[in-house]
Amino acid sequence: MTVPLALYYTRDHEWVRLDGDVVTIGITDHAQEELSDVVFVELPDFGKVEAADSVAVVESVKAASDIFAPFNGEIIEINIDLVADPSKVNTDPYEGGWIFKMRLSDLSQIDSLMGAETYTSFVS
Amino acid sequence: MRYIDFTSGSAKLPALEGGARFGGGFSDALLITGGKLAGTGQQGEGALAIGWVDKVEVGSHSRVVSDVLKLSPLDQEHRDLGARLVPFAGWEMPVMYDSIIAEHLAVRSECGIFDISHMGQVFVTGNSAEGWLDRHLTNNVSELEAGKAHYTFLLNEEGGVIDDLILYRLADERFLLLVNASCIQKDWAWLAERLEKGITMENESGEWAGMAVQGPKAPEIYTEVTEGRTLPSRNSVDEITYQGSRMLVCRTGYTGEDGFELFCPAGDVVRWWKGFLEAGVKPCGLGARDSLRLEMCYPLNGQDLTPCRTPIEAGLGMFVDLEKGEFVGCEVLKAQKEEGCRERLRALRLTERAAPPRPGYPVLSEDGDSLSVLTSGGLSPSLGEGIGLAYLPSNRAKIGTKVFIEMRGRKISAIVSEKPLFRK
Repeated sequence: MTVPLALYYTRDHEWVRLDGDVVTIGITDHAQEELSDVVFVELPDFGKVEAADSVAVVESVKAASDIFAPFNGEIIEINIDLVADPSKVNTDPYEGGWIFKMRLSDLSQIDSLMGAETYTSFVS
Repeated sequence: MRYIDFTSGSAKLPALEGGARFGGGFSDALLITGGKLAGTGQQGEGALAIGWVDKVEVGSHSRVVSDVLKLSPLDQEHRDLGARLVPFAGWEMPVMYDSIIAEHLAVRSECGIFDISHMGQVFVTGNSAEGWLDRHLTNNVSELEAGKAHYTFLLNEEGGVIDDLILYRLADERFLLLVNASCIQKDWAWLAERLEKGITMENESGEWAGMAVQGPKAPEIYTEVTEGRTLPSRNSVDEITYQGSRMLVCRTGYTGEDGFELFCPAGDVVRWWKGFLEAGVKPCGLGARDSLRLEMCYPLNGQDLTPCRTPIEAGLGMFVDLEKGEFVGCEVLKAQKEEGCRERLRALRLTERAAPPRPGYPVLSEDGDSLSVLTSGGLSPSLGEGIGLAYLPSNRAKIGTKVFIEMRGRKISAIVSEKPLFRK
């Protein structure tokens, strides 16, 4: 199970990459392993969302998993590569398998997330 | 049957029947059978494993954890292979080993192996067994030769399906009913109530393990593993003793590929399983078993077949012989044959890219009227699209009829298609 050090993590097994006031979000290696074959990603709509809103769905052969907005903010970009190739969520969860990007108005929301070490213990 | 965990940790424990038969991972265990202490020790993770509970004195720190799931005799093999195990019909069975899609595709292209030890085996013997079976099953038993098998149904008085099964004629007066794991008790009770003099019925379900080896390479794999034997022909069964092991080898399957189902005493199955894996066969779980049969539009009892559905409605009339004489449920089926059915089980393919359709999703007409729900649904790995089965009103069920499947509030286009959905 990979847990990159530079990322932040939620209790719902999402990772967050911070770049200025924009965050990129996907699901962790642990999450993609649990789901196994991802066959469809219902990508989010653009626009304002609140923390804990269900914004996307990742579907595997046997299960559907809701993806939640970790923060209040605005969804500004979605990974349309996942339409043609949803399996990127499995094969490349932290790079090519990214799901959406948000602009945050309040960056202090990051403080509530776990770091790599905490997430690793959380998962064990 | 319940088990009690005497520690605060949780432990997944095997079913214990007739004494101590543990799955792997246990060094010792505390066994309580019928209220008596039968052994002592500690389970690997520090929890204590318990057998039956009748009236047992338990410490204040104990708690009833759950009903026990039966373990396959291949359980340790599955765990060693890293399988994901799930409850199925009261058993703990592998749903997948590495990937449902990879396992599915391996069966279509080469060869896969499934643990089917959970299925039930009921043996029926007697010189009037043939006639009795003909009066309780839908397919023609008198025309079934020794050494042959056919697919058939056990119906209730209304013509509804209690179980779908394979009937093997091992000899003129000896038959094997291979039944679904979830229906062993039900089938037994139904037949036992209707048993006639001179006919013996034995439930040997717990004694037999089984493996389904399926795929285009299955016949050559069989020859390799048995050092030269040839598979019987399609729908035939060989009853043999090989290297001291009793075996039933049946050229049947639930995947649409060539292959066989091999049954042997539970104590012998591990070496057969290992032999097939060594020959390069891929272990496959229930997830792939479901997607393979769904592509073929083979029904799943409990979803596509129920006590309220007849084989005629399900489009399986070719496994029903209405000319052979009376059998339980035949009157309803005869009427349906003559007058038609109100609903028919139809195969659907999605015509747009979407999430996998799943059982229970609503099926709507092109105009948005509610028609039905999917009885089965999923992604077809071979076709790369969503597929499903649903009972549609007969006047709205022609091949080519456009429908919608409702998924999370969205209407996804689909079309009524010919069966099977997958063809090579």
